Parts: sequence; structure tokens; C-alpha cells
Amino acid sequence: MTQPKRLGYSYRRHLGERFIEALLFLMAFVSVAITIAIVAMLVKESIVFFEHVSLWEFFTDTEWTPLFDNAHYGILPLISGTVVSSSVALLVAIPLGTITAIYLSEFAPFAVREMAKPFLELLGGVPTVVYGYFALLFVTPLLQKIFPELPGFSLLSAGLVMGIMIIPYVSSMAEDAMRAVPMHLREGSYAMGATRFQTAIRVVMPGAFSGIAAAYILGISRAVGETMVVAIAAGMQPNLTWNPMEPAATITAYIVQVSLGDLPHGSIGYQTIFAAGLTLLLLTLIFNIIGHVLRKRYREVY
Amino acid sequence: MRDKNLGEIRAIIARHKLWDLIFMIVGIFALMIAVLTFMALFAHMLIDGLPRLSWDFFTSFPSRRPGSAGILSAWVGTTLVMLVTAAAAVPMGIGAGIYLEEYASKNIITEIIEINVTNLAGVPSIIYGLLALSLFVHQFGFGQSILSAGLALALLILPVVIVATREAIRAIPVVIREGAYALGATKWQTVSDHLLPYSAAGILTGVIIGLARAIGETAPIITIGALTFIAFLPPSPVKAEFPFVSFEWLMAPFTVMPIQMFNWVSRPEEAFQINAAAAGLVLVVMTLAMNAIAIYLRYRMRKNLKW
Repeated sequence: MTQPKRLGYSYRRHLGERFIEALLFLMAFVSVAITIAIVAMLVKESIVFFEHVSLWEFFTDTEWTPLFDNAHYGILPLISGTVVSSSVALLVAIPLGTITAIYLSEFAPFAVREMAKPFLELLGGVPTVVYGYFALLFVTPLLQKIFPELPGFSLLSAGLVMGIMIIPYVSSMAEDAMRAVPMHLREGSYAMGATRFQTAIRVVMPGAFSGIAAAYILGISRAVGETMVVAIAAGMQPNLTWNPMEPAATITAYIVQVSLGDLPHGSIGYQTIFAAGLTLLLLTLIFNIIGHVLRKRYREVY
Repeated sequence: MRDKNLGEIRAIIARHKLWDLIFMIVGIFALMIAVLTFMALFAHMLIDGLPRLSWDFFTSFPSRRPGSAGILSAWVGTTLVMLVTAAAAVPMGIGAGIYLEEYASKNIITEIIEINVTNLAGVPSIIYGLLALSLFVHQFGFGQSILSAGLALALLILPVVIVATREAIRAIPVVIREGAYALGATKWQTVSDHLLPYSAAGILTGVIIGLARAIGETAPIITIGALTFIAFLPPSPVKAEFPFVSFEWLMAPFTVMPIQMFNWVSRPEEAFQINAAAAGLVLVVMTLAMNAIAIYLRYRMRKNLKW
């Protein structure tokens, strides 16, 4: 008995499958191509920049005035602005995000959690330019009532709003980590007579430590890369300061400021934004890698 | 002696119970800060912006006189940019998700791609703007056009679509695949006839969340150098004569909603800031509506899903 021909090995069918697999692979490979393109492009433009400006000057000069006649190329003022605004944001987001996460994971009744989670998710979806508007026209005037000497642009109000903006990211990731702690650990703790608070602090939090740490670190990386809030509410003047009450520019705000002007392609001013971008990418990359390692570790615990 | 001990123990229990209560109040308070801030933001925008919202606001071009300025070119620009973004990111993201979930064998290349997707999600959005500026605007010569902006945002939301696709496909039980293979289906037949239709709602949720994020993104579009004062519309995609469609609009200069809002916020005159509030209100309602649809879809899906 011979096999009917239509059930036999079909060369065309096999080829079609192969073609589709190759196509899908190419689509998946696009993400790698994007990364390569980002790094190649930033490095290529930055190399031209660093032929003009030595690395030593870049990291030690205390002024950043690339568009002036008397040009200085020191990244420090931009870094100080970034560090101060991110620190303010984290001072808000880390405590509030952690408390919210503990509350939602260990204390909140089912109904509250079901209401709060989508709401927090919605908060994360509000465009950042809207938060910038809020910082400049609502939070700054409010803060000026408390601190009359606060200028119209300040790292403080930008950082505060950025912090509230980051709360949903920190809390949802920290909560996921706490939920991943197995129930029997909690039950063991309750059986020993511990209260919910004791269980949360002494059993659940240590158990979810690396996941919570990863949430913090991704919060940091988000604060460092945030653009519109600082560009709108912190002013765009580079200013080497560690005082949150002053206006200053962050790395991202500088890139925005340059892009708003009309710089010719290939000029040194044009290349500065790529050097600034490379610095920013390296900063966030470090945080992302730490966060990734921490998350990998907590996944393997249970 | 026994009574004294009992009293001490009861005091300890009472103290710890008090801590429990205190933390519960602090927790509700922390949650309320996030909620109240959003309420304040929304209320502030509503009070300032609502009186400004009228039919004219949607059908007028931006203008030097704040009273007659509108967001016509902004919302048309946003719509067109989103078309490009969706057209690029949706097929690419779904394809990549299918490959990683169904085709990829466990090897070093797969691992590199997976780590890459995670890392891309953490890259600040302004870096994508720099990439688009260097690659699309100058290298490929697309200029400061709708095409450049749409592609930049597509790269930005690609990880969101990939992750959503993977999660939706992973949730489908293995028996579905085995059933299809047992009937002689090829891999692609299994994917296109079974896995894709069953995961469609999950993928759609991810696409909507991604697009909602892209609508509000400002930084990458500023970086590619989009003009902020655009008092004309891009050429129409529909033509009266053959072949009836035209892609000239892809290369047209444009502005989008968040750029228009940023432009108005950064002006000192108060009248423009009222315009900014109105534009922000439209923008927030748009993104919130999209996110709400996505959350609702996911909720329905979880409820109805019984394999």
C-alpha cells in the first residue's frame, strides 16, 4: 500500500515554514539591532566630541557652557542636577512606595487591593509632560508659600513630583516581590503569635529583599532618565549645586534645551548632546544591570 | 505570680496590636498621597482648562493670540504619528514575541535577545530620540517628519508589545498545541490558527498600553527637532484621483499634543498656560481612557478564561 501523495513530505510546505521562522527570527533580532544602533550611534558621535574635548576636561571642569563663545565642557553641573533631582524623587518614592507595597500586599482587604492596583497603574500612565505642568504651576507656588525664597524653577518641586510619579513603579514591583514570598512563611510567623506588622517587617520583607531592592534600583534608573518634569519645572540652566532649592539642568534637560534650538548637524554643540546621552545611558545601564542581577537572584530563592 | 505574667503578656500583645493599627493607618495614608496628588492634578487642570475647551479649540491652529489658538494640527499630528507607530511596532513586536515563545531554542542567541528586551525597556526615552535624530533624521534622510517620529516611538514601545505577546501566548496550555500537532498541523498553522486567536485579547491589551505611553511621550519627539509652531495640516492621505492614497504625509513636518502642551507651558503669559491646561486635559483623558480600556480588557479576560 502506498501513501497518498498529498500526505507525503511536501517540499513547499517545509520551505514556507522555514521562511516564516526566519522572518520571525529577524523580527526578534530587531531588538538587538536597536541596542547595537543606540550604542554605535552614541559612541560614533561622542568620539568626534572627545577629539575636541579631553576626557579630563569633561569630568573635571565645573562649567557646562558649550553654546557660549567661551565654551566649557564639564559634565559635572549636569550630573549634580541629575543627582539632586533624583535624590529628592527617591526620598519621596522609596518610603511611600515601600509602605504602599507592604500595605497592599499584607494589610489591605481584597476590595481595597482590587481598587488600588488599577488606579496606581493608571497613575503610571499619565504623560510626563502633564506632571511637568503640575510641578511648575501647582507644586512650585504651593512650596513658595512654605519657603518664600524658593525661585520659580527648582530641583525641589521637580524632584517631589517625579517622586510621586515613580511611586506606582516602585510599589507594584515591590508588591510583586512580597507576594512571591510563600504563604507558609507567613503562616509560620502567625503561628508563633506575631502580628501582621511583625510578620511584614521581619519575615516578608527579608524574604523579598532582592526583589524590593530591584524595585528601588529601577526607580533610580527611571528618575535619572526622566526628562520632561525636570525640563519644565527645574529650569534649563546648568548650575553646579547640591542645593535642591536652586534651579539647575539635568543631563536630560540639557538635551531638550539643545534640541529646542536650531543647531546645525555635525557642529560641536550637536555632538554635546550625544556625549551627554552616552553618559546618561551608561548611568542607567549600571542601575539596570544591578536591578537585573537582583531580580534573577530573588527568583531562584523559592 | 501567674496573674502578673498574664497581665504583662496582655500588655505586650496590646502594644503590638497598636503598632499594627498605626501601620495600617500609615499605609492608607501613603496610598492616599498618590491618589490625592492625582486628584489635585486633575482638578487643577479641570478648573483652568475646562472653560477653554470648545469646538473651536479642536478646530483651530496654534496662534500667537492665546484666545484663538487651538490644537487642530496637534491632534491630527498625534493621530498620524500613532498610525506609523502602530504599523511598525505591532507586527514587529508580535513576531518577536511569537519567535521567543514558540520557535526559539534554548541557546546563547535567544538569551541575548531576552536580556536585550529587558534592557531596552529600561533605556530612557530621550535616548531613543537621539537614536532617531542620528539614524532616521540624518542617516536615512527622513528629516523631521511624521515617519521619523512614528518610528522612534515604535522602537520605544516595542518591548511593551513583545512582553505582552509573550505573556499572552505563555498562558495558553500546552494541550492546545499538542492537539494541533496531533492533527498534523505545522508550527505556523498552530500559531496562526490557534495561539494567535486565543492570545489576541492579551496582545491587544499590551498594544493599547504601549500606544497610550507613546501618545504622551514628549522627549524623543523634541529631540528629533519637531517644530512647535505648525499652522497647517500634513497632506491628506486620501486623493481624489488614481491611486486614491498618498504617502506624502509621512514626510511632512508636524506637531503632536504633548509638544503643543510643552510649548504653551513654557511661555510666561498666563493665557497660554490656560491653553496648556486644556491641552493637558485632552491628553490625560485620552491616555487614561486607553489605559482603562486595557485594564478592563485584562479583567474581562481573566474572568472569562477557562481552559
